[in-house]
Amino acid sequence: MTRILHDPTSERSPLLRPRVAPPETLEGKTVALFDLGKIRSDEFLDALEVQFIARGIEVVRAAKPTNAKPASPDIIQDVAHKAHVIVEAVAD
Amino acid sequence: MSTPTEPHLPEPGFHVVLKDDCPTCRHVVPVLRELEAAGRTVHAYYQDQGDFLAGLDHIVDDRELAWSFHFGAATVPTVIEVGADGEVQRAEGWVQEEWRALTGIVDLGSDRDAWKPGCGSLSVLPGVAETLEARYGSPGIAARPVDVDRFQDPIEVCYDRGWSDGLPVVPPTPERILRMLAGTDRAADDVVGIMPPDLVECTVEKVAINAVMAGCLPEYMPLLLGIIDAALEPMFTLHGIVCTTCFSSPVIIVNGPVAKKLGMNSGIGALGPGNRANATIGRALNLIVRNVGGGRPGEIDRSTLGAPSKYTFCFAEDESDPEWEPLSVSRGVALGRSAVTLFQGEGLQGVVDQRSRTAEELTLSIAASLLAVTHPKLCRWGNVVLVLSPEHYGIFREAGWDRTRITSELHAACERPGRDVIRGAHGIGEGVPEEMIDDVVPKFHPDGLLIVRAGGQAGLYSAILSGWIGGRAHDDSRPVTKEIDA
Repeated sequence: MTRILHDPTSERSPLLRPRVAPPETLEGKTVALFDLGKIRSDEFLDALEVQFIARGIEVVRAAKPTNAKPASPDIIQDVAHKAHVIVEAVAD
Repeated sequence: MSTPTEPHLPEPGFHVVLKDDCPTCRHVVPVLRELEAAGRTVHAYYQDQGDFLAGLDHIVDDRELAWSFHFGAATVPTVIEVGADGEVQRAEGWVQEEWRALTGIVDLGSDRDAWKPGCGSLSVLPGVAETLEARYGSPGIAARPVDVDRFQDPIEVCYDRGWSDGLPVVPPTPERILRMLAGTDRAADDVVGIMPPDLVECTVEKVAINAVMAGCLPEYMPLLLGIIDAALEPMFTLHGIVCTTCFSSPVIIVNGPVAKKLGMNSGIGALGPGNRANATIGRALNLIVRNVGGGRPGEIDRSTLGAPSKYTFCFAEDESDPEWEPLSVSRGVALGRSAVTLFQGEGLQGVVDQRSRTAEELTLSIAASLLAVTHPKLCRWGNVVLVLSPEHYGIFREAGWDRTRITSELHAACERPGRDVIRGAHGIGEGVPEEMIDDVVPKFHPDGLLIVRAGGQAGLYSAILSGWIGGRAHDDSRPVTKEIDA
């Protein structure tokens, strides 16, 4: 005899997509520096931007309005369209 | 005659559902004997015990209520005439003329009363009906069924599948889910909203399943659904609260008649354990976020230290003083209406002041404690709930201070000279920007100090519920109050 329980979850199977392999070189690539809205993210990204530019690597900046909410699809798609590589400033 | 597990056509004849604990059922037993004497086939089903049917030819033990369920008997006695093609007609209770018409015996029960009302069938008792539906009917539960072997402990199965917050959950069986769904008029497949962080549809049925697991009663469902509605307001930023590295979790404050209706605690120990509604409603919301939304600690819930409030944090406001304006009313809900306020909070910090005797003294005392919210040198970074105990509130009340006065006095007492709170001041790196050195810096946003009354009669203590630092994004994240129909 078996008993039945019913699944309390969303019953989604996570789709595991392989990450895009990191580029061999950043030469000719555009790097997005993405500010998640955490405190001092901008300081970290400013410092990185200086380093990238000094090496002749093109940089674009992007940001979420606040770390209280997820990035909107528009922002994500815009970054994906403009850049090959992204650096997210996540820590305080 | 076997106990049915699937609906099937009973044998032709008269099928009568009865229970001993029904005077009318006992009253009609001689009538059943008359029917048999007249050559009719009578099947008598008893729901409790069958001694009172002794002497009849076909007595059926229906203590499992399977036949009662299949016959759809709402009343006992119910007599059903079954022909070759199924039910022909039925009568409920004892109405002499109806039974005579149904059986074709014109003088049936001539020594009986002309009319006696029946009693409720055991198969339609609250809780029983849903159990029978799950066992013998078509429960129509959409959620994936999980078989549990008879040698497995269902509670351990829930643990193994990652459905628990760490405490045992009530296994979500079909019977319990149906009982929970009976607590709301909303359809099981109604979508309550999109649940973060996975941003998936959350149906009423999924809410009911998690409410079962949390230990809720069905009558909590309307309130729980209202709470979820409030939690999914964009301004509440549930996604951020769940996923942040901070301590935050939803703190639920209930106002209005629903709190009394559900027996919620606003008195002694209101912020602690011991009250089923307080404990399980708050837990249900967190289980829904975990199980439906996918917000599991250590995964996308990145809270560095976590917080006990992530298990449950739900209480009612003490509205016993008619001079006190309830929190919900101060936030725009009409007096006498039920409402919930969801606050992005964490644990509590006690305010112990057993010496202050005037409203002015107590204001300064509580303000000194409020300054510690998020950090003594951070201002307008987090909102706060101040839970005033009866004895502390009594000091304000005696001075004639109402909610508005207490709030404004506390705001004023919490203002800080910029030079004390700028970064680096007093040797502390944390603080407000240096350019605020000459400002008078308010500790909270004007709407960021919420005051609630709760607690036992004895104790000159109050409690501070610190808010999430997302509160600094004042235009993006604020507490949410919603009127609820519960």
